Order: sequence, then structure tokens, then C-alpha cells
Amino acid sequence: MIELKKLSKTFASASGSVEALRDIDLTINDGEIFGIIGLSGAGKSTLVRCINLLERPSAGQVIIDGQDMTAISKAELLKMRRSISMIFQGFNLLEQRNVLKNVCFPLEISGVKKKQAEQRARELLDLVGLADKADKFPAQLSGGQKQRVAIARALATRPKYLLCDEATSALDPNTTRSILELLRTINQTLGVTIIVITHEMKVIDQICDRVAVIDHSRIAEEGRVSEVFTNPQSDIARDLILPQDRAALDTAGGRRVRLTFDGLYSRAPIISQLVLDCQAPVNILFADTKEYEGVIYGHMIIELPTDERQADKILAWLSSSQVGWKEEK
Amino acid sequence: MFSEMFYKLWENGLIQMGIIETIYMTLIATAFSYLFGLPLGMILSVTDVNGIRPMPWVNRVLGFIVNFFRSIPFIILMVAMLPVARFILGTSLGNGAVIVMLVIGASPYVARMVESSIKEVGAGVIEAAQSMGCTNMQIITKVLLPEAKPSLINGAVISMVTILGYSAMAATIGGTGLGQVAIIYGHQRGNDDITWICVLLTVAIVQIIQIVGTTIARKTDKRIK
Repeated sequence: MIELKKLSKTFASASGSVEALRDIDLTINDGEIFGIIGLSGAGKSTLVRCINLLERPSAGQVIIDGQDMTAISKAELLKMRRSISMIFQGFNLLEQRNVLKNVCFPLEISGVKKKQAEQRARELLDLVGLADKADKFPAQLSGGQKQRVAIARALATRPKYLLCDEATSALDPNTTRSILELLRTINQTLGVTIIVITHEMKVIDQICDRVAVIDHSRIAEEGRVSEVFTNPQSDIARDLILPQDRAALDTAGGRRVRLTFDGLYSRAPIISQLVLDCQAPVNILFADTKEYEGVIYGHMIIELPTDERQADKILAWLSSSQVGWKEEK
Repeated sequence: MFSEMFYKLWENGLIQMGIIETIYMTLIATAFSYLFGLPLGMILSVTDVNGIRPMPWVNRVLGFIVNFFRSIPFIILMVAMLPVARFILGTSLGNGAVIVMLVIGASPYVARMVESSIKEVGAGVIEAAQSMGCTNMQIITKVLLPEAKPSLINGAVISMVTILGYSAMAATIGGTGLGQVAIIYGHQRGNDDITWICVLLTVAIVQIIQIVGTTIARKTDKRIK
């Protein structure tokens, strides 16, 4: 378990100090895939670097399996880092070593014998589907392949935690999907707890169990992905999750209502039924539904007719139905 | 076609000797310059504000010393450092003394070359190594040096050519080699052809160093597909 308690980080710079993180409280449970999402500059990369102390927090504690990382000696810290692996946006492979030697690297560092290290590395390359690339050099691989090598390397020391810092941000959508699938497999088969840092909703959407939304150095919102996605509370979460619907709200016209589907009703022809029952037209400004854990969730924004009587009739219909709705200002 | 002096020198093997001595001095001086310059350059990059072990004061003091020696023209440094050669070797004459001068003059230069090569290693790779629990020494030996190898080799080629140039100047304090042949038999005795032959031979040596060095650097660089 990773516990962050009142974690703060302030950077001193020429133009004064910059507060990158403020009073972060988070608990990441063993075995889960935890997402941290935010816009660039929100502090998410600093946050993940505070977990393995690549950045030393200015205040607060990082407690991993009951051990306060900020209080242990340098030697203990280096040892702890072997159980907390990390992968990066830029892959960060050793360019002058071949694939096999890259995967061997962390084992070499911890004094594992060459033969054993190579055997372990080959197992891992097999796991990530690159067994045939052992003798290639990073320059000869595609981005997705490089990230697979980085994942194999990160798993070499049998870590308990895997930190992913924008690990798919440099990859195309298809490759992103396959890397995320690999991470999920690793989580399920090896039981590695994964912490994913990203600015992309689809990453959280595809693999995370829980998510924390970070904005302006603070946690804006935290919860199960299905909850945060269907009912985002903070402005920043709404911006991230439903970026287009802001635009829909900006357009001029009649009163606008946001409908929230909770899985049950997204399968029913709600809008058609509404139009037929009320005999009034509605304009769909925005619609977005997604599937989580096998159920459909989604949002829709509709514009009501300018005729107030018709509009009231529609609102009355909605109130008597089981659809969640809220008038947007 | 050539002056009488040239044939005389050739028959006595003085030009051939000059070639060998130039190469010999350059190689020995380069080796010793790296003996001092490589660790110095590594310390400079490691102790930098953005290095893996920032030590601003150490960095500033070493940086000052390096700049101090680099800013003195070699021909002046040579004369000024004669007592140092006498202290180390017991004599300020001969090629031994010249090599001491070359090493004093080239080590700070080499240190800067090494520093810039080491700084080319991506911050991301270093961070990855740190995230795996590498000690700073492991980062130096297993990440910085191997990753910078092609760049270090290219730097060594440039350093070696510079040292070769310095070695010709050493003729003024009694060093031998092609520089001496050019100055004594070419310039001072008015045989322009000998001066030019020495120039051409030096150019040929530089070309060979450059081609061999660049080839080795390219062969060792795994970033090239």
C-alpha cells in the first residue's frame, strides 16, 4: 500500500518559489490500477516522482508498506527503489545496449549473476512479446516496442509497484491500446500495483480502477473511475472528461438540460419517447456515452424549445422519468 | 624537383624520424591528457548544478582552474611551465619535457571535451537509472561512460589533432618531430619545399587520425541503424 500524507513540494526558482504539490492525501491499494490525471503543469509528474523520491517532498510523508520513504537512509532508499519500478514517456532505454542487456540492467545493478540475469530477461521479453528482438538495439525498434522493452526492464527485479509516467503519451492510439492491455495483463497475472500518470482520458478509461484528478497542485477529485466519469464534481474533471460539452454549453439558444444515463436507460430510446410523449422537438447539442465495467454510462445535453409551455412539459416529463437531469446555466 | 637539403634530410632519415616522433609524442601526450582530463571532465559534469551530485563549489573551483589554463596561449604556457617539467623530470629539455608541456596544456582542454560529451547523455536515461536504485558510481560507470562512448571517441579525435598542433610548437623549446624539421631546415634555412613537405605530412597524419577515429566512433555507436 502506498500512502501519501499531506505531501507538498515547492520548487525554488529565480522568479520566486513554485508550489508544485500542496497537501496531497492519497492511498493506493495493493493490486489496483490507480490513475492520476491532470493537465500539463498540474503537478502530476512531480507527484509520481515523490513516490520513489526522485523528488524529495518539501513536507509530508510517503509511506510504502508501512515504511516512511522520507525518513530512511540513502542505502535503504536505493534498495526500496528496486521494488518500485518506473516507465517513462521517452522510454529512456540505454541506447548503446541491446534489448537483452537493457532488460538485464537493473539485475546487473543489484548484483545478479550474468547468466541468471539473462535467463530472467529472456522470460520477460517473452512476456512482452519481443523474444525475437533480444539482439536488436533500441534505435532499431518502434516506439511501442521500446516501451515494451522498458516494461520488461521495469519488471526484471520483480517489483511490487510500477509507476507509469505518461507512458503512452508518445504512442499512436493503436499502440497505446496494446501497451495498456499489456499493463492490465501484468496487473492481473503478476499482481503488480500500477500507478498511471496521464493527461489522456482514454488511458484512465481503459485500465484504471480508481482515479485522482489533480489540478493546480491539489487533488480536485478522487474516486472509482465509473463514478468520477459519470458524475464529475469538479470543473477540472468535467473539462477533462467531457471537453466538448463545454463548447455545446457555450452556444446560444433555448434552455439547456443535461441528461445523465446510468447504464439502465442508455439502452432505452429515451429521446424518441420524450419527443413522442410531449409532442415537442428537442435539439441534441452533445452526446457521449461510454462503457464501464460492462454497463453503459453517459451524458447528453439537449436544447429545449423556446416555447416555455413546451419546455416545462418536457421538464415535467423528465422529472417523472428515471433519467437524471439538471438544467445547465 | 626538391632542394638538395631535402634529399640530404631524407637520406639521413630525418624526415622519417620527424614523422615517427610527431606521432609518438601525440599519442603519449593524448594518453596522459586523458588520464587527467577524463576524471576531471567527469567531475565537472557530475558536480554541475544539473549533474547527479551537484557540488557548486567544487565545480566552480575546478572550472576556474580549467579556464585559467585554457586561456593561456600554448606557446606562452610552454615557456611558463618549464620549471614544472624540470621538477617532474629533472630536465626541461628534450621530448620528455615537451610531453609534460603538452599534457599540462591539453588536459584542461580534454576535460572540457569530456564534460560536454557526458552532458549529452539524456537526463531521462539517468533518471531511469536512478529509479532502479543505481548508486552514483554505477551511473558513472554503467550509464554515463558507455552511453557517451561514441561522443567521447569523437572528442578524442579532436583533442589528438589539437595536441598534434601543439607538438609542432614545441620545436621552439627544443622538441623534435615535423615541427622542428619545418622550423630548422625549412624556415631558418630558407628551404620552402621542406616547410611545405612538413605541412603536407602533418595534414596527412591529421587526415588518418580523423578517418580512423570517426570510423571507430561510428562502428561503436549503436544508435545508428
